[in-house]
Amino acid sequence: MEVRVANVRKEFERFPALHDVSLDIKSGELIALLGPSGSGKTTLLRLIAGLERPTRGNIFFGDEDASRKSIQERNVGFVFQHYALFRHMTVADNIGFGLKVRHGPARPPAQEIRRRASELLDLVQLSGLEKRYPAQLSGGQRQRVALARAMAIEPKVLLLDEPFGALDAQVRRELRRWLREIHDATGHTTVFVTHDQEEALELADRVVVMSQGRIEQVGTADDIYDTPNSPFVYGFIGESSSLPVKVENGEIWLADRPIGLQAPHAPSGHAKLYFRPHDVELLDGCSGCIAGTVAASRRVAGTRRVELEIGGGRQRVEVELPVDHPAAQKSRVAFRPGRWKLFAAA
Amino acid sequence: MTTASAQAGWRFKQPSVIPGFGLTLGFSLAYLTLIILIPLSGLIWRSAALGWPEFWAIATDRRTVNALQISFGTAFVAAAVNVVFGTLVAWVLVRYRFPGRRIVDAMVDLPFALPTAVAGIALTTLYAPNGWIGHLLAPLGIKVAYTPLGILIALIFIGLPFVVRTVQPIMEEIDKEVEEAAATLGASRFQIITRVLFPGLAPAIITGFSLAFARGVGEYGSVIFIAGNLPYKSEIAPLLIVIRLEEYNYPAATAIAAIMLALSFLMLLIVNLVQTWSRKRYG
Repeated sequence: MEVRVANVRKEFERFPALHDVSLDIKSGELIALLGPSGSGKTTLLRLIAGLERPTRGNIFFGDEDASRKSIQERNVGFVFQHYALFRHMTVADNIGFGLKVRHGPARPPAQEIRRRASELLDLVQLSGLEKRYPAQLSGGQRQRVALARAMAIEPKVLLLDEPFGALDAQVRRELRRWLREIHDATGHTTVFVTHDQEEALELADRVVVMSQGRIEQVGTADDIYDTPNSPFVYGFIGESSSLPVKVENGEIWLADRPIGLQAPHAPSGHAKLYFRPHDVELLDGCSGCIAGTVAASRRVAGTRRVELEIGGGRQRVEVELPVDHPAAQKSRVAFRPGRWKLFAAA
Repeated sequence: MTTASAQAGWRFKQPSVIPGFGLTLGFSLAYLTLIILIPLSGLIWRSAALGWPEFWAIATDRRTVNALQISFGTAFVAAAVNVVFGTLVAWVLVRYRFPGRRIVDAMVDLPFALPTAVAGIALTTLYAPNGWIGHLLAPLGIKVAYTPLGILIALIFIGLPFVVRTVQPIMEEIDKEVEEAAATLGASRFQIITRVLFPGLAPAIITGFSLAFARGVGEYGSVIFIAGNLPYKSEIAPLLIVIRLEEYNYPAATAIAAIMLALSFLMLLIVNLVQTWSRKRYG
């Protein structure tokens, strides 16, 4: 089922949580809503589910306007961070709940419900735990039951709110891979919220980066990482360094020296240069480069991260060097960013 | 450690490293013995002095049987009424924010704090045939004061806070997400309440019921004013005990008391078994 969010605004007691957000989700897609806390990602998810009503704007499921429908009518599967299982029901009853509460001919016979529950338990790899109560399961198992429960109603959209947020790192990685497999097997249109960029980039077909109630960028993991379209995305996804520069006649100047980068289409004036610390070209001499004195050097896993003071110590940037690179021993390092981007000075 | 305890079968649970286990356990046992066990065993002791045939004669006396029926019957019905309306009051207090909520919340405790005699006199004044409420009911042929109905009203008044105060904290803990989950799965509001919220509250409701019931069985002060105290009709068992005491008929008084004790114990045992069962199920 396609989902279209059209110009949605949401205010909580006059405080805007989402400003005019639009988003198209293709059928069968796995989408991540990524952002820091307070960015509005959970609000957007809850609006799609119908757990909140938009102040303005509409949400379409296919061609149907879902935003005026009640939660019950929307037929969405929602998975909560803290599972929200029914404590007094067995695992099988939890999964069958959505079918049992249906009325009339829509409700399958009890035997069919039981069969469907055990089928879903197989899918989430918890066969044989039908008779357990949620209190007798581990966190990872509970979240799988919650997912099975959400899928039991054959939802139009599957929505997951920080589904792995309450689990430890090991289980989280495992479930992440497993969710991808389930998605590929069932083909539900899926939207999940996370603040973990690794999770978003690894798992999703497309990532929606949000900040302060707005969508900053929508794209594949490659798009988002390699061509961030705003300083926020540059700073939020992965590591980044920035320097204030000046553009003159298509050439970038740092203080009083050109750094050998051309920006023919950029307007002249002050700007900010963003680049990735690991994506730099180290140079020996320095005619047209950025040079700085080493202020600090840290070993980070397989690389050495060096903090440089540039332009008399007023600016600091980070670059990454191979561990055995001779430049790490020197007091001065010169480099030129490989992939970079200019943004207007704030 | 696990193997050791398995071998020993029954033993003290290993206390924590924080000292004081022996002292606190000793104190608790001594205290409970002094406050509860000695008076209760004295009661049984005195009624046992009666001899079995005589005890049986008192126990099966029509006046005794009627008094016990009235006491336990009205207490049961009052507790049942309180379960319904107490849960409702707790729901309103937990779920909604309205001006004066804190005052209503504090008011629930009044029956705890008010001297029961005051409550009894106030209720009698209201429900007497010429009272504020009584004179409205009289033309309809409903007599409240000086009938078992009056006892019922006094016990409802006394028992309400027990239900509200046991259900309220559990209700506050209900996770909003559980309701939202049920809603996304297609459950209507009514289904959410009956299938999701209520089963979770059941243990607390049963506890509230048993507390209100136990209090109702033993209630004396508020009831004697409104009951009219007609033997066989509106005489409660605690009053009958007092009457026997005033006649210096101590064996009869203790015999009735012992029967009440046994019945109350039985009721609480049943309630506790239900509790254990539901706790085992719902974890």
